[in-house]
Amino acid sequence: MSDTVKILASDVNVFYDTKQALHDINIDIMDRQVTAFIGPSGCGKSTFLRCFNRMNDVIPSCRVDGHIMMGDENINDQALDPVFLRARVGMVFQKPNPFPKSIFENVAYGPRIHGLVTNKSEAEDIVVDSLKRSGLWNEVHDRLHDPATGLSGGQQQRLCIARAIAVQPEVLLMDEPCSALDPIATSIIEELINDLKDRFTIIIVTHSMQQAARVSQKTAYFHLGHLIEYGETKDVFTRPADPQTEAYISGKIG
Amino acid sequence: MNNPTDMLTAQQRQDIIRHSLQKRHKTERRLRWAGLTAITIAISFLVILISNIFLNGYTALLQSELQVEMTIPKAELVDENGDLDAARIMTFNWNGLVKKAFRKKFPDVKGMMDKRSLGDLVSDNAGYELRLQIEKNPELMEQNLFWIKTSDDVDMYMKGRLDASLPEKMRRLDDKQIGWVDQLKEVSEIRKVFNTGFFTTADSREPESAGILGAVVGSAMALMVTIILALPLAVMAAIYLEYFARPGRVTDLIEVNINNLAAVPSIVFGLLGLSVFLGFFNMPRSAPLVGGMVLALMTLPTIIIATRASIRAVPTSIRDAALGVGASRMQAALDHVLPQAAPGILTGTIIGIAQALGETAPLIMIGMVAFVVDVPTSITDPATALPVQIFIWSDSAERAFYERSSLAIMVLLVFLISMNLLAVILRRRYEKTW
Repeated sequence: MSDTVKILASDVNVFYDTKQALHDINIDIMDRQVTAFIGPSGCGKSTFLRCFNRMNDVIPSCRVDGHIMMGDENINDQALDPVFLRARVGMVFQKPNPFPKSIFENVAYGPRIHGLVTNKSEAEDIVVDSLKRSGLWNEVHDRLHDPATGLSGGQQQRLCIARAIAVQPEVLLMDEPCSALDPIATSIIEELINDLKDRFTIIIVTHSMQQAARVSQKTAYFHLGHLIEYGETKDVFTRPADPQTEAYISGKIG
Repeated sequence: MNNPTDMLTAQQRQDIIRHSLQKRHKTERRLRWAGLTAITIAISFLVILISNIFLNGYTALLQSELQVEMTIPKAELVDENGDLDAARIMTFNWNGLVKKAFRKKFPDVKGMMDKRSLGDLVSDNAGYELRLQIEKNPELMEQNLFWIKTSDDVDMYMKGRLDASLPEKMRRLDDKQIGWVDQLKEVSEIRKVFNTGFFTTADSREPESAGILGAVVGSAMALMVTIILALPLAVMAAIYLEYFARPGRVTDLIEVNINNLAAVPSIVFGLLGLSVFLGFFNMPRSAPLVGGMVLALMTLPTIIIATRASIRAVPTSIRDAALGVGASRMQAALDHVLPQAAPGILTGTIIGIAQALGETAPLIMIGMVAFVVDVPTSITDPATALPVQIFIWSDSAERAFYERSSLAIMVLLVFLISMNLLAVILRRRYEKTW
């Protein structure tokens, strides 16, 4: 665990047409820690997460203001190529979304399009390494060329994680990665997140407060587009500073 | 606020519901009957139509031939070295040879008029076709017995399509001619065989020599041009509109226009082709190239609409996944979305092409309605297309063209049905579910 700041977001405002979804968010994401975003539905936590790899670009009505600094680079600078950014900031989505291709092709796709591998054996090395890191290797090593859509939901999600880490990003964004999974698959992914944080800075959006408490070091609580509270996870859950946070984690709202 | 049904007892409430239930069921039954009747009417019309075409057309599968005995004067057809001479074969009076040989069958027939009407039993193209056969296979010259095509009127009589009970003046064969044909029938020197020529030759003024190969090849060439032009253009346009076009007035305008284009009457595209391709660019008249270009314009909106629909049917999660690992928009579209959308695009294309195959009006405008006796060998040769061929034949006076146009319709229908079937099979096989 380190104490350096990986990403520093300041005065981030997000609008959908004229409706403001996020108000003046200021947050610093610590390097190689797990930061959890929690809050009731529609509070803007997923929208904020998608600011970190500019996935909001694909929504025409969406406008993001403010600075999101990663090193000396402003992620939100329109001059920055989102394709380059996404090689450094990977993402795992809410619903497992493997490509309808083979397991191998799923993992090899990222490195291949970025030109990180030049031949088949390099691609194989990366695929094996990524599948091992995502804990999927033992289950799929003998059927790498089977369609990925044949895997179970939990396996598919781990494959998506393998696909994301195959590009060796610095930051890994996870948008409710377990919401479509059963408790066993969920616990496997949670363990995986714990392992991955040694190498990657992880930001996870979750609806489950227990999950946030289990996997994260820092927790940010969002409500109606505002960042209400941000701090060490153990502090947020045991003695929240804000009454709204307390109401949410004790189940009174949300 | 009070619920007005509060005052009712449970029994009353049930009675009201039961009463309304009867009414609702009755409406449902009525609707079901109406639907069933509509389908029955539609299907019976279809059956009537198809069986009508079939009954009119199936006889065109046969062609009447009669037997003549003749010796081919080989000496007149060879040059000094004893080889066949092309020029001499060309100039030789084949028709005279055939007709003379045929008249020998009826030595009793005397007089100019009778001899002429006897000669009319043989196809006017018999000599020409004999020449073609001999050019292809000179060994036939050693032969003495030949089967040659009858004229279309005899063919009609053989197929029972000429009513002998009509007054003599009102039919195409007079009593004498019918008598001669009957004589031939008795000695089995006239027969009906499978009409291979229909599928291996192009159009002719004589129904017995007319075939659809020229039109089929013309259609195939035009459709080839259509596919080559329309498919890439339409897919590119659809990808652009779905992925790159900024939503706004211009995009809306383009979208509205594409939808409008799909509804423009096809003859308008023909006029466009006439004035632009032929008039302005001076492209060849009657050519499958131009026909294909016109049909491509016509098919373009259909394929664009189908492609956009199938691109939209691919879950955005696939696109997001590609963008998420750092694919550019183009890579996301080409690597992931397009392969998933391919079955839908293919189906749309095939249906668009099938539509183009059946199109007549625009081809008439650019001159593909011409009478073309040769099978086209390149896309700039004058040619006609299958539906236009049907149009030409159905417009001809000879009764024998009528059955031929029906058979040509059947051929067209077979092509259309197999294309639509292909679309269904491809969709079934490659459509993925998530």
